[in-house]
Order: sequence, then C-alpha cells, then structure tokens
Amino acid sequence: MTGPVQTLSALGRWVRTQVSGVGFFTRFLGALLARSGIAASRPRLVSQQVHFIGNYSLLIIIVSGMFVGFVLGLQGYYTLNRYGSEEALGLLVALSLVRELGPVVTALLFAGRAGTSLTAEIGLMKAGEQLAAMEVMAVDPMRRVLVPRFWGGIIAMPVLAAVFSMVGILGGWVVGVLLIGVDAGAFWSQMQNGVDVWDDVANGVLKSLVFGVTVTLVALYEGWQARPTPEGVARATTRTVVVGSLAVLGLDFLLTALMFGN
Amino acid sequence: MAVAFGANLCGPVQFPLPMPDHIPSSPDLALSLDGVALGYGDFTVLQDIDMAVRPGQVVAVMGGSGSGKTTLLRAATGQLQALRGRVCAFGTDLGQVDGAGLQALRKRMGVLFQQGALFTDLNVFENVAFPLREHTRLPESEVTARVLDKLDAVGLRAAAHLRVAEISGGMARRVALARAVVLEPELILYDEPFAGLDPISMGITARLIRDLADRLHCASVLITHDVQESFAIADQVYLVGQGRLVAAGTPRTLSDSQDPYVKQFLRGEPDGPVAFQYPDTPAFQAWLAQQEGRKR
Repeated sequence: MTGPVQTLSALGRWVRTQVSGVGFFTRFLGALLARSGIAASRPRLVSQQVHFIGNYSLLIIIVSGMFVGFVLGLQGYYTLNRYGSEEALGLLVALSLVRELGPVVTALLFAGRAGTSLTAEIGLMKAGEQLAAMEVMAVDPMRRVLVPRFWGGIIAMPVLAAVFSMVGILGGWVVGVLLIGVDAGAFWSQMQNGVDVWDDVANGVLKSLVFGVTVTLVALYEGWQARPTPEGVARATTRTVVVGSLAVLGLDFLLTALMFGN
Repeated sequence: MAVAFGANLCGPVQFPLPMPDHIPSSPDLALSLDGVALGYGDFTVLQDIDMAVRPGQVVAVMGGSGSGKTTLLRAATGQLQALRGRVCAFGTDLGQVDGAGLQALRKRMGVLFQQGALFTDLNVFENVAFPLREHTRLPESEVTARVLDKLDAVGLRAAAHLRVAEISGGMARRVALARAVVLEPELILYDEPFAGLDPISMGITARLIRDLADRLHCASVLITHDVQESFAIADQVYLVGQGRLVAAGTPRTLSDSQDPYVKQFLRGEPDGPVAFQYPDTPAFQAWLAQQEGRKR
C-alpha cells in the first residue's frame, strides 16, 4: 500500500507546486504592471533596455531571417513550380514570414539570446546582493530593475520580428528572383495584392507583442526566483529557454486558431 | 545590573561584565534592540539581544565567524523580522511598520555590504551617484561634485570612470563605502568594513568612519572581527557568541576584562570557551548515519 500512497502523495505535491507556481507567476505580472509608472516617468531606463535587448539581438535576427528567407525561396519555388504558380512565390514568402515565421522564430531566438541574458543578469544581481543592496537603499528593485527590462523586451520584440520578416522577404527575393529567375514584377505585385495590412501584418505584430510579453516575463520571473548560486542561475537560465520556447509555440497555436480560423 | 547605554563605561572593571538591561525604544536612539531573538525558520541564531546606538556614536558588534553578526545587521535594516523582541530604528518598531514606513526609515540609513554589492552594469561614478539619483533631484553638477568628493575621501577620485569589473576587491569595498555615505545618512551600518583592505586603506577607512560620525553626528554600527581597528574608533563594543550577547562595554573595559570568552576572542587564543569546531547537531548525526549506511 505504501507505493500507491507515496505516488499519490508525490502527484499531489507536484500539482500543488505547479498551481502555486502559476499563482506566483500571475502575482509577479501584477506586481510589474502595478509598478509600471516608472516606464513613463523615467523613459530613459526603458530606452536603455530597448538598446540592450534589441540592438544586441539584431545580428542574430538579421542572419537568421536571411537564411529562413533563402530556404523559403527555395522550398516555395519547388512546391509552386509543380502547379505552375511560381509567380506566387513573393506572396508565399511574405505571408509565411509576416503571419507565422517572423513572430515565432524571432520569439524563439529572443528567448535564447535576450531571455537568457535577462535571467542570468537578474540571477547574478541577486547572488551578488545587488538587489538586497537596492532594497536597503529604499529603492524597489522590482520597480527600478525589472520594470524597465519588462517594457524594453515588449517594445523590442515586435521591432525585431519586423526586421526578421523584412530581411526574410529580401532573402526570398534573392533566391527566387536573382538566383532562380522568377519574374520580379510578379514576385512583388502578388505580394502587394495578397498581403492585407490588418489581417496579416497587424495580426503578426500582435503575435510578436504577445510573445514579447511572454518571453520577457518568463525570463524576468526565472531570474527573480533563481537560487542565488552559480548552479541556481544556470538552472534558471535553462528554464527560461525551455519554458519560454514552449509557451511561444503553445500560444502561437492558440493565436493562429483565433486570428486565422473561420 | 542595569547599565545606561551610551554612557561612558570606563572605570573599574566589573566581573562579570555589565550586560545591557532592556532598552526602551526612543526617537533619540538611532537604533535599539530590546530582548531580540533572531533566526531563520526554526533555527534561532541569536537571542536576548539588547543594544542601543545613539547619534554620533560608533558601535562595534564583534564575534567569531557564524556568530550572527550579519543576521543582526539584517534585522537592523528590516530585511529580517525578529522572532521575539523589538528592533527599533529612530524610535519606530521595524516589526510594526508598513512598506512605505520602512522605505522612509531606510532612506535615513546607509549600508555597506560585506561583499560591496556594487551594481555591475554601472561604473564606479554611477554606483556612488545611484542613491543621489534615486532619492534627490540635485542638478548634475551637484551630483558630480558630491560623488567626486566622496570618492576623494576613499582615495578613488581618479577611478570614477572605471567599470566595476576593472577594480580590485579592496577598491570595490571602498567604492561601496563611498556609496553608503553619499547621502550622509543618520545611521550607517558597516558589514565588515575592514575585510580585504590593505593596512593603509584600513587605517584611512577607520578614520573616515570616525570622522563621519563626529562631523555628521550620525550613528555608526560596525559589524567586524578586526579588534585593533575597531577598538581604535569605537565608543562601545558588543561581543556576540554562543547565540547571545556575551559582553558589552567600552574598548578599554573589554581590553581589561578577565572574562575567559572576551580574553580568548580579543587575543585570538586557540584554547578557551570559543569553540573552533562547528557544533554537532542532530541533522549532522542523521547525515552521518546515512553515509555510514551507504558504505555497508
């Protein structure tokens, strides 16, 4: 009887831990939003974070966007060619990037580049007593350190996604038009006719905004909750990538179903 | 025996040494602890602690490693709630005050952390300027003048532009000291201010602490185990050990003390009531039994 009882007890403990974890996470979001006044009163703190999070992620976003665009150009051409519709390559590349790949791949890269950096930074600040020092200086570390990073991430993410999509489209054009020889006029005009500003572009921007909130929030939460040891910070950094990426993929399905479903 | 704290305890040495009586909280006291017990969870680190620090006084809290000195400092800043008793800063009970009240009290304090706790994303100048930027609306020229003045006092004016990663551990502690005093607070808590400093820096730091107390009439609490430097500047010394306050008095009283604990600590003798070995606990015994069980 001990075996099943222990298993049940462990299961109960796990469920309780997960539920309380969701509670802490929600309260954490509430606490950040409640302190967000500093983003308006001291915008320089936010712009510094946009620079740190956004600018330093730019290279990986541009390079990845270019290669994704190359691949889309190649794969799209081979598929469309079967049906004699290779003129629609521009539309296919643009819709794939703006609606789906731009926000999702950017968010995954963002979790790996900026998310881990945020978690490690907050975790190390905790381990080095920097957050405690701020607290005894009567400075709220959540308001002074976390809120600017939160809003910095939210602002940076859609901009990075837009850059990713733009570079991806150029990559598709390089492969499709310059290398394979698809007609340039058809490539651009099909794209211009087929991509809707609200249905496609705005929904893509909305997706990237949701992903920005999610990944930044996960990264900050993991850093804030990290054990103040090298091992604790390492574990928190790993959790940021795993939880952030899975949350992005799960939310992507949900948002796609809501936005583009009939 | 009741002793009025802050009063001069010089005079004939009494045995056992006079221990502080219960301290009533008063706005005249920068910091007071009355029958305080401190700990983490079920583990009590210190108990029956009575202490009072007046403006202008330099008080040294001494004790061996792990005796609970830093725990005492955490209670004084409101980072740790007392298990029993009252910890009061400027006459306000830290256990009863709300978040905003605690913030207001902390603005009147300066704290030097054991590891410095400098902000690694800011350079030396910005670290020292941090409290000024957060709590005042001084013009940039005034911020620069004040920060450079404090850095000058710790001998690091010309290091203002350096990144935290570019300075040594001793320099980092001096920068942290400049940051702790830049707002010229009414109560300054120093956690191991002499650790990691070379003899010259140590002497200058000790003089700076004394000078600040005299000039600003601020109360200073030194958490330290450096006997020589702290005895040179302290008005009052509290010795903690074995989970309680072992002795209290002026540096001279303690120096003349024949109490075995005080003698052993001050002279650094290997034999005496201060145990070098970490005490045996049931948790250790359980762990040991488990280890031995694995070997079989």
